[in-house]
Amino acid sequence: MHVTLADARPELLLNQLTGGSNSVRSLYTPVRTAAAIAKSRLLQTAATKWGVPTSSLTVKAGVIHHAQTGRTASYGSLAVAARSKKVEQVAVHLKDASEFKVVGTPQKRIDALAAVTGKKQFTMDLDVPNALPTMVCRPPTIKGTVKSVQNLAQVKAMPGVTDVVTISTGVAVRAQTFGQCIDAVRALQVTWNGGSVDKESDATVLAKLKAASLPLIVPPLLTKYIDAEFVFPFASNTALETNCAIADVRADSAEVWAGLKSPIDVQEEIATSLGMPVTAVKVHVITGGGSFGRKLFGDAAYEAVEVSHKIGKPVKLMWHRTDDIRHGRAHPMCYAKIRATYAAGNVVTYEQRHTSVFTDFTHGLGEALTATASKLPVGGLGFFSETVFSLSQSVPYNFGVTTQLLNEVQLDFHTGSMRNVYSPNVTCARELVVDQLAAKMGKDPMAFRRSFMKNDRFRAVLDKVAQAGDWGKAMPAGMAQGIGFHAEYKSCVAVLVEIDCRPATVNRKVRDGVTGPRITKATIAVDVGLPINPLGLQAQMISALSDGIGLGLTQSIHIKDGLPLEGSWDHYFYTRQWNAPTDVQVFVMPANSADPGGAGELGVAASLAAVACGYARATKTMPTTLPINHGTLGFEPLPRTPSIPDSPTDGLDYAF
Amino acid sequence: MLRDLVGLKGPKYGCGLDVCKSCTSHINGKAFNPCSVPVSKIKATDEITTIEGLANKETGELHPMQQAWLDYDVAECGYCQPGQIMAAIAKVKQARANGHEISDTDFDELRNICRCGTYFRIREAVRAGAAKM
Repeated sequence: MHVTLADARPELLLNQLTGGSNSVRSLYTPVRTAAAIAKSRLLQTAATKWGVPTSSLTVKAGVIHHAQTGRTASYGSLAVAARSKKVEQVAVHLKDASEFKVVGTPQKRIDALAAVTGKKQFTMDLDVPNALPTMVCRPPTIKGTVKSVQNLAQVKAMPGVTDVVTISTGVAVRAQTFGQCIDAVRALQVTWNGGSVDKESDATVLAKLKAASLPLIVPPLLTKYIDAEFVFPFASNTALETNCAIADVRADSAEVWAGLKSPIDVQEEIATSLGMPVTAVKVHVITGGGSFGRKLFGDAAYEAVEVSHKIGKPVKLMWHRTDDIRHGRAHPMCYAKIRATYAAGNVVTYEQRHTSVFTDFTHGLGEALTATASKLPVGGLGFFSETVFSLSQSVPYNFGVTTQLLNEVQLDFHTGSMRNVYSPNVTCARELVVDQLAAKMGKDPMAFRRSFMKNDRFRAVLDKVAQAGDWGKAMPAGMAQGIGFHAEYKSCVAVLVEIDCRPATVNRKVRDGVTGPRITKATIAVDVGLPINPLGLQAQMISALSDGIGLGLTQSIHIKDGLPLEGSWDHYFYTRQWNAPTDVQVFVMPANSADPGGAGELGVAASLAAVACGYARATKTMPTTLPINHGTLGFEPLPRTPSIPDSPTDGLDYAF
Repeated sequence: MLRDLVGLKGPKYGCGLDVCKSCTSHINGKAFNPCSVPVSKIKATDEITTIEGLANKETGELHPMQQAWLDYDVAECGYCQPGQIMAAIAKVKQARANGHEISDTDFDELRNICRCGTYFRIREAVRAGAAKM
């Protein structure tokens, strides 16, 4: 059976959203139900065809057998005959968990062969007639706009260029190839109006966050206490596939192809912008080359629609990498303040104040109703964020009186959710303080966590990594273990890392990159209630570990005068092989529930926390800005103008 | 050139800056990044192989590295993996030309970004694939 991605279908309401680590949780029962209904129809069809009772049929691996006559038929051969000509209500009995043959066993990805042969198709690989390559010349600061273009006619006359047009986000160029688009964008002479945050840099944003931080309530008078504060700079989703979309806008209809996690909202927005009914806008959802939250928004789709509408031709619009980092959405900077008081072997109070630049949730929960609510001017700011924050954040420890509060500062950056949203920062700050509490109270960090854990599921994953990862083993000076824990999406995970902060490792040299401390080993135990596909689940944990390593050690955005300085992965140091661990073990805890929990984002928070805690233990210095190297700019920033940098031509020098 | 004019969509665009390495292909058996090589630098005698040309042309049998990628279920979104495979094959050959099997030091020279963070499975798969090369 081949399950395909549906076009935007407004009638699905909030059931067409990819996000919140919700896909397996929300689809598990519906998919089982649909499969059971299909199976029952196929059996009936075979029984009718062969004139035998349904009860006499058996199924093995998609082939129906009739033992007495030796007849067989594949599901596929009966599919057309089994279809229903009318909508009818049916009931099915779902298989008991004890009869599962596939659920809970390792299954490989069905698109793997296409991926390794180069045949897997992403948006930019589609051949839509006459949808020519299109790129945009962007402003030198975030949300700047075009004041005038000095040489539009000359650029339009450049080789391959078919159209040059001013749009709300810059100047779009359509040409025969993307190479010609780059040349044309770089040749454009544009005068720009200012943007929305021209006066903002890291320091000014942080000052605003600190000023807006909600007060801690408990006076540290009668008990011992720990106060701590942490800064988490901006971070970018940087999916490998940049923002991109194909659009073909006609006089009375529009068709769009893009990787979209909230397609109904995007369809509504496009229809509104074109003044067309929703039914005139077709939105095809294409598999994305990564998202990490970015594709919750249809930024590239809106832009492609605007260009196609203005020039009256189809476009295949792609953002340059540098634009994707500088003008694409980012996880906003935040500032965390924690106070924990303790007495007589107990943590008496735990207060955490999370202050963040406003996170854009205007994609809503997947359809126009909630998207509209999240865009309301009154009560809009903060309402959705606070809902998401309070639903997603909790402290897994019995820490007496506990409060976790969010406050947001309205600054007009391009923001959005990034994998695991608030949790990586909130959890990392908390786990670092938990290690401090353990030290102050004379406890081992693992034993301390264990004793305060709220339930046995949490303790079980801790115990698993402690045992399998050999917690407490002797390590050379400059190396240490670090532990991080996180529970969310009805799942929980413990991550135990080993970090090497010795000079020989920290000072490794890599061309146009940063090294620093290295996570050498990771042991992860994950409990998702009901693991559906352990192989995929392990992959998600390995993936999240790479995120946690980057966020803890190397990967951040530096804002300067209204623009990120980063322009590629040689600036925005997401984890690469030289900082990846050489030993990773992921343990999937046995099923303990009838329902699966979420896992796609789960591992990020615990991984980041483990990396940070390991670094603190290895260096005997608690980091207060994550990643630890944010204070040192490890690269020479690309020019702001033109927005697309020059293409290198020395590639053959690096052939190996 | 490769994608827009020749129509080979296996090599992906990830940066156009010779940084992400998604477009890694082979020139005369060596890994290189077409995004940073103008056509004028390519000689008529140069042989260029993209991911599409990696499997056996007669039998369609996958290259051992592609098969290892399947065996270890490496791909997540899959966008970077054609480039990862092409780079891995060249790195294994380079190590052998230097008289040794691919080592941790060699892995650390692979610059290909995998934003899904599959690095550990890539390491496992490359060693398995190399054993059959």
